Parts: sequence; C-alpha cells; structure tokens
Amino acid sequence: MRRAALLALLLCAAPAAADSGLPPAALAYTQLPDAAQEAKAKALMETVRCVVCQGQSIADSDADMAGDMRAMIRQRIAAGETPAQIRKWLIARYGDYITYDPPLSAVTLPLWLAPLVLLGLGAWIARASFRRRRRTNE
Amino acid sequence: MTAEAGLAALWLAAALAGLQLLLAGLAVKRGEATLLGAVRPVAIVQGIMALIAMGALIAVFCASDMSVALVAENSHSAKPMLYKFAGAWGNHEGSMLLWVTILGLAGGAVALFERRLDERTLIATLGGQAAIALGFYAFLLFASNPFGRADPAPPDGAGLNPLLQDPGLAFHPPTLYIGYVGLSVAFSFAIGALVTRDVGPAFARAMRPWVLGAWIFLTLGITAGSYWAYYELGWGGWWFWDPVENASLMPWLAATALLHSVTVLATRDGLRAWTVMLAVVAFSMSMIGTFLVRSGILTSVHAFAVDPERGAFILALLAIYIGGALALFALRVGTVRAGNTFEFLSREGGLVINNLLLSVILGLVLIGTFYPIVAAAMGTQLSVGPPFFDGTAGPIALVLVAVMAAGPLLRWRRDDMQAVLERLMLPIAATLFAGAGVFVLSSKPVGALSLAGLALAAGLAVASVAPLWKRDLRRAPLFLYGMVVAHLGIAVTLAGMAASTTWTEERLVAARVGEPVQVGPFSVTFEGVNPVLGANWSALEARLAVQRGEDGATFYLRPQSRFFANPVTNTSESAIATTLDGQLYTVLGQPDNAGRWQLRLWWKPWVTLIWLGGAMVAIGGALSMLGHILRERRATRRAMEAAWA
Repeated sequence: MRRAALLALLLCAAPAAADSGLPPAALAYTQLPDAAQEAKAKALMETVRCVVCQGQSIADSDADMAGDMRAMIRQRIAAGETPAQIRKWLIARYGDYITYDPPLSAVTLPLWLAPLVLLGLGAWIARASFRRRRRTNE
Repeated sequence: MTAEAGLAALWLAAALAGLQLLLAGLAVKRGEATLLGAVRPVAIVQGIMALIAMGALIAVFCASDMSVALVAENSHSAKPMLYKFAGAWGNHEGSMLLWVTILGLAGGAVALFERRLDERTLIATLGGQAAIALGFYAFLLFASNPFGRADPAPPDGAGLNPLLQDPGLAFHPPTLYIGYVGLSVAFSFAIGALVTRDVGPAFARAMRPWVLGAWIFLTLGITAGSYWAYYELGWGGWWFWDPVENASLMPWLAATALLHSVTVLATRDGLRAWTVMLAVVAFSMSMIGTFLVRSGILTSVHAFAVDPERGAFILALLAIYIGGALALFALRVGTVRAGNTFEFLSREGGLVINNLLLSVILGLVLIGTFYPIVAAAMGTQLSVGPPFFDGTAGPIALVLVAVMAAGPLLRWRRDDMQAVLERLMLPIAATLFAGAGVFVLSSKPVGALSLAGLALAAGLAVASVAPLWKRDLRRAPLFLYGMVVAHLGIAVTLAGMAASTTWTEERLVAARVGEPVQVGPFSVTFEGVNPVLGANWSALEARLAVQRGEDGATFYLRPQSRFFANPVTNTSESAIATTLDGQLYTVLGQPDNAGRWQLRLWWKPWVTLIWLGGAMVAIGGALSMLGHILRERRATRRAMEAAWA
C-alpha cells in the first residue's frame, strides 16, 4: 500500500511540476480514431487501477495520473502493441497492484481456485444432504 | 445543551440495553412471568432513548452548532438545510448513531408487535438484540462520541464532501442501515431459537417479515446507491465491484438465500440448521459491511466516513458477535432436529440449489474483496477487480438465473422430469429465440456473458409469469404476485445490464462551439459555457443542443463543472436525458488552449432497466410481505373465532 502510494507520488511529481495550467494530454480525454483499437484500449483501461485514487480504474477517474495513463495506453495501442504486452509492461513498472486482473502466481492461486473449491464444497454439502434424506425416506 | 441531552439519552439507552440483557437472561433461565413481562417495556424505552439521541444530533447539525466538534468537522453554516439535516449521518460517528438508533427502534418494534412466537424464545431474541446494541453503544460512547465539544469553537465548519451534497444522502444510508439492522433482528431470532431449542416453522414465520423487510430495504439501498454513483461520479459506470459496493452486496446475497430457505422452513419444516446458519451469516455480513469499510482497511471510492484508528475496536466487536454466534451454533446445532425430507427434483430441491449458488457467489465476493489484505500479509500488493468478479461470479449468477426460472414451476415434495420439461418448454424456447435473435441482429459483437444474459433474461421473464398462467388472477394470493414481480424484476435488471454493456456508445471529444458530435442516435451540438451560481457552489455550465435522428425535436442538456469552497473541491455534474430506450449521459470537462472544451458523451441503451428492475424486486418483496401478513392475520382471526364458538 505505502509502496504503491509512494510510487504514484514519484510518478506524479515530475509531470505535475511541469504541467500546471497546461491542458491534459490529448488522448487522455479523446478517443482513438480506429474503433477497434479504441475498444481494445478501453477494455484494458477498465482493468488498470488508478493508483492515486480510492479504488477506481483509470477509465473512471478524473485524476491527472489516470489521464496520463489513458493517453499512454492509447498511444501504445495505436503504435501496435497488444493489451497483453502493455499490461505486462505496467506490471513490470508498478507491480501487481496496478492490474485489477490479478495474474496467476503462487499467491493468487487460491483466489483463482476459489470458484471451483466453493462449488465443489457446496455441491458436496448439498449432495450429502440429499442422499441422507433419500435413505431416511425409504 | 442539546448535545449534552443527546449524550445523556445515549448513556441511558446503553444502560437500558444492559438491563434488557440482564433481565432477558434471568427470565429465560428462570421462566418467571414477572421477569418475562419486564423485558418488553425496557426494549421499547431503549429504542425511544436512542431516537432522542439521534434527534439531538440532527438538531445540533441543523442549528450549525460549531461548538460540537462533529458539526465543526463535517458541516458548514452556508450549506442547504437538507444537507445539514442529512449531514448528521454523512460522517463516522453520526452514521454509527443512526445504526444503533435503527437497531433500538427495531428491538422496540419486535417487543411491541411480535405476539405469535413462544414467549421465552421472544424474550431470548430481545436479549440478543440488547447484546448487539450494547456493543454498539460501547463503541459510540468510548470510541466515537458524536456529542463531544470543540473548545474553542471554530467560527465555521469544514464543510461536507460535495460528492455527498446530493438528495441521495438523505435516502441511501438510512435505507441500507434499515436493511442491515433488519438482518440483526433475524440474527437475534436465530439466537433466541437456539437458546430455547425452538427452531421450527413458528420461528421461521416470526422471522420471515424481518428478513423480507431487511431484504426490501437492502434492495432499494443498493439500487439507489448504484444510480447515485452512476450520475454523480461522472463516468457512466453503475457497478465497480468496489469494496463498499461488495459490502452491501454480500448481506443482500445472504438475505436472498435466507429469504428462500426461511420459506422452506416455514412451509415445509426443512432446512432447519441451514436457515439458522444463514441468519448468522447474513448479520455477520452486514456487520462487515458497516464496519470493515469504515475501518479504512480497504480503499474505496465510496468510503466517506473512514477512521482507521478505531479498527481494533471494530475488529473486536466483529470477533465477539460472529465468534459468539458461531460458538452457540456449534454447541446447539446438535439439538436442532433434522427437518422434513425431500427429493432432488422438487421445489425444495430448487431452493437448495438457489441457496448453494447464492452462497458460492457470496463466498466469491467475500474472498475477492478481502484477498488484497491476505496477499498484503504475504508481502504482495495486488488488486482484485471486475475481471475476477465478472469472470467467476458472473457465470454462476447466470446458472442461478436458469434455476430461478425453473424453481417456481416445480412442485413441492417431488416432481416428474417429463412434466417439468413440458412446463419449461415455453421459457426454454424464449431463451433460445432471444439468444439467436440478439446474435444475428446485433449491430456490435456481443460478449458471451452478455449474450447468455440477454437470452436468459427473456427466458426468466416468461418463466416468472408462468405461475399465474391459467389461474384466476383475482384469487391468486398476494405473495404469489410478489414472487412473480420480484423474479420479473431480476429479468429486467439482467436485460438492462447486458444490453447497456453491449450497446453503449462512447464519444470523448474536444468540442468546438457549433460543431455537432454524433453519439448513438443523437446529434449533440456544443453551444458554449455560462457561469452559474448555486447555494454554496459556483459552476461553469455547458449548453448542449441535442437532436435525435434527422428530424427529432431539439432539447438542451446542461452538464456542469462545479466548484465548492467548503471544502475546496471540483465536481462534475452530469446532465442526463432519459428516453424510453435508454439514457444520453453528458459530462463537461476542461477547456484547452484552443477554445475547445472536453465533452464526454455516452448513449446507454436500456440502462434504465437496471434500476427499474431493482425497484420491481423491492416492490415484489413488499407485495409478498403484505400477502404473508394478511394471511397470518386471517389465520389468527379464524383461530379466535373458532375459540369463541
């Protein structure tokens, strides 16, 4: 948490000092002309966390840093990078905290297995109770 | 003076809660009539005392008494009256006081109105209410005193977060809190029934109105909160899987499951232990909803009343109540006799699957919400968001929708596969037909989840009105209508979610005066920006001329960029045009150096169905509640007439 905030602060400090009063980057608040590219960029932005905000994605935030990151993502998509490549770059730079789609690792394995475990557990509880009931019925 | 009176009332209420717990404990143990009779009046007076304390807090807020620290920190004399009034609970201490006030009033209402339940079980229930209230009073009095004085009193207050200066504040938190507290009553009933070993249909019938009531208010609160966030945050999102949203969704999921299992217990005397367990889980979820978010452990876009220093107190309360209830459950579950039995293919079987899937979704939301904390403890900072929740809970929710379509068409006790399939012909046909239609006709590619959502919404809509098919509509019971309307509401919400997700059009532009921009079927022309002045804000207001199609009538939308002085904040006020088939959502951004202004425009087809469906679900709940109450009353009257004759 603190480390992420510090990172965010560092990242913000440089542009913020330079841009007071200047308009935000054009691509922060305008779309790419190519609809397919824009759709790709938008889908990615919705899963990237705005690290200076209170739990918003960069697609839903007015923060300057979110705007800068939107512009960066649109530029990279326009330059032909894939969303997966950009996400990888973002994670390398900011850590896993940046993505709302937690990458599979030893730490996140239990999280991603949770649906199967819960369904299995639930089905087991329900099935056992049905079977027991049937036996007492007979 | 008012503040001191409020504090005194709060202390009195706490003392009465202590007395109530003591009396109830003695009464249940000894079973003396005089002791049993003393508990009800104490519970009623305790509720009144809490109400007086809340009234005192509202009074000091309305009077802008800046010598009260809480008012000085959260209010401002220049604020409109509505926000002074509602501002009383727009902060940590005030919202806690509101919570405990509703809790006290609910306890009073149980004491006043509940006559059907076995007296000992009822008194044990009131004891449970008192135990919960006592913890909250302690929290307020020792760690969050709302009536503390500021010395010296500042000349004016710091103001209320402008995002909260919206009519939604007057409505949304009290609605959710009523829902949470309603679940606390269900919890107390479960505790009462465990203490007196009296888990059965009578207990279920006594608990059901409270569960239904809580569920109605939670539904309303979540629906209203979603719409509030949608128009206030300015980016057109209506659900973010944010911790605070999840915190309100989890009690709702538990309450939905409880609502259905309590029906099985009331009508078929099955699922006894499970229903008690769910009541414990449901209230645990509302405690987590209220507290863990307040503690600031999780960051959220909606967390406006956070205080991390009180986290330890909060965690202790959580541990005591949830741990205590689970311990009692573990001790007494052996004495809860096995309920009635049933086949897999039956209405009960459908309700078991409903409960299973709702519980799995609840588990996923819980794990996803708290996983970042767990991971942080293991040394990894990570975020869990929409991709996880949509991808895991989404498909399970769709299966649940399918079960929901079939459930009401199943017979109690046992059913025949062949007959069930015949009854489900029409809904299945509607599902396939809608799915194929959307797939072929859509102007845009439709995602798998959205496609399944739209198809199942159609099937569910048909299936949910099927129970009324070939029935005398005037003689069909009211609670049946309740179920039909509520299930139909889910179909409407699901259709709205899937349709708006699929067909939303977004236009982000730097607009020049006079240049039209196309978004969906609309042509939007920016005509310039004017300054406007409000009660405690100033704003720049854009004038947007909007025309639908070639020859539609022109109308104007006026999104604003607002500036508040207390505290210094900028907010963007979206302007929304609602049509029958969706909403045009407009937001004004910043100017650039070349005289252009950023505009954010969205055409969101069918998005209004999301909240319309939510309202229908709540109305269905209300109809059902009314139906059950009327039937109970008729039954009581008949029993009395029989006794007279």
